[in-house]
Amino acid sequence: MKLEEIVAEAGLTVQTAPQRLDTEVTGGYASDLLSCAMAKGQRDNLWVTLQAHPNIVAVASLLDLAGIIITEGKKLNTGTVEKANEQGVCIMTTEHATFTIVARLAELGVPGVD
Amino acid sequence: MEKKPIQEITRLQELTYELTVEQAMTPKVVTVSPHDTMSQFREVLRVNRISGTPVIEDGEMVGVVSIEDLIKSLAAGELDATVGEKMCRRIETLYADEPLVSAVDKFTRFRFGRFPVVDREGHLVGIITQGDIMHTLLRRLEVDYRAEEIHRYRASHIFEDIVADEAALVFGYRIIGKDFDRAGAASGNLKTTLSRLGFDSRIIRRVAIATYEAEINVVVYTDGGEIVAEVRPDRIRIEALDNGPGIPNIDLAMQPGYSTAPDWVREMGFGAGMGLANIKSCSDKMKLESTVGVGTRLEITIYVN
Repeated sequence: MKLEEIVAEAGLTVQTAPQRLDTEVTGGYASDLLSCAMAKGQRDNLWVTLQAHPNIVAVASLLDLAGIIITEGKKLNTGTVEKANEQGVCIMTTEHATFTIVARLAELGVPGVD
Repeated sequence: MEKKPIQEITRLQELTYELTVEQAMTPKVVTVSPHDTMSQFREVLRVNRISGTPVIEDGEMVGVVSIEDLIKSLAAGELDATVGEKMCRRIETLYADEPLVSAVDKFTRFRFGRFPVVDREGHLVGIITQGDIMHTLLRRLEVDYRAEEIHRYRASHIFEDIVADEAALVFGYRIIGKDFDRAGAASGNLKTTLSRLGFDSRIIRRVAIATYEAEINVVVYTDGGEIVAEVRPDRIRIEALDNGPGIPNIDLAMQPGYSTAPDWVREMGFGAGMGLANIKSCSDKMKLESTVGVGTRLEITIYVN
């Protein structure tokens, strides 16, 4: 499934790098620990997290993730937005909690990575 | 002289097999009813900036109407005629999961301007024009051949150009302690460099993860240090050096989940005690030496084959 369709179906708000919406998403992983995301995330995966500071961009960029979904309406600081646009990392936000959005992604057929 | 164009054509042909109709089509289909007038249809084209639509009656596709039909109606002064009278009743469709090459074939055979796209149950899911195909192919080619590729081409031949029994490239990256804004920059730059050198993406992934964790450790626990990568065609050796406080008990530090990170660092999602474990799982050889009050030296080797 394309990231664009997931954004539409799950009601996500795209905050950065909309050029990545064309990506075919390969799976998803949820954690607020950066090292865990680093260990588990695969190319073109979605990463669901509460973390909104600039360091999430480096993780997504190093792993070539399809994008990051930030939950519970957490606001991004300008540093995060700038860095993400610069490195082509798509960040999406949602008012929903992590559990809710992960359940929605699963419903849409996005497989979890273990 | 002929070589390059031939390669490019082959890549284009390859792409028409790799991509599906679904990837090139426009998924949001504007439709009209056979009872609409051609004048209403003209408005639909103008507002949506499109050149044709499927015609739907009671949920069934009954035809396709295009700008060509509109021009004919205009010429005949029949803008009040219905779409049903002017549309093309012969419906040729494409399946969404067909390779793009089927669409290319069909455009050549039928010389239609567009084809409705249906899923295997026959539901209308999109519409495709030759413009959509060109746009998709060009976008993919652009991704394939953007400037990054030029770097990659130049850099990936570097080892072949060096005359030596053994050759290594050495890259150094400075890490600033406690600077979380720049944390990850060294590993990001190393990743870009290795990718330009033409290393396999699985190798790059392992190097990226191991280097990132090493870099974060230097940022979190020390006032700064450096990362040196020694790159050979058959192996990559990474050294992370710092003059920080040192690790009192290396065995304990290696245990997954063990961490001495302060709370504010943990709140950022760092300091989960997984860093060294991640490094270990990504590397073929790992050596960690540390002296309290002097500093730490981490050496990682990843074999390329």
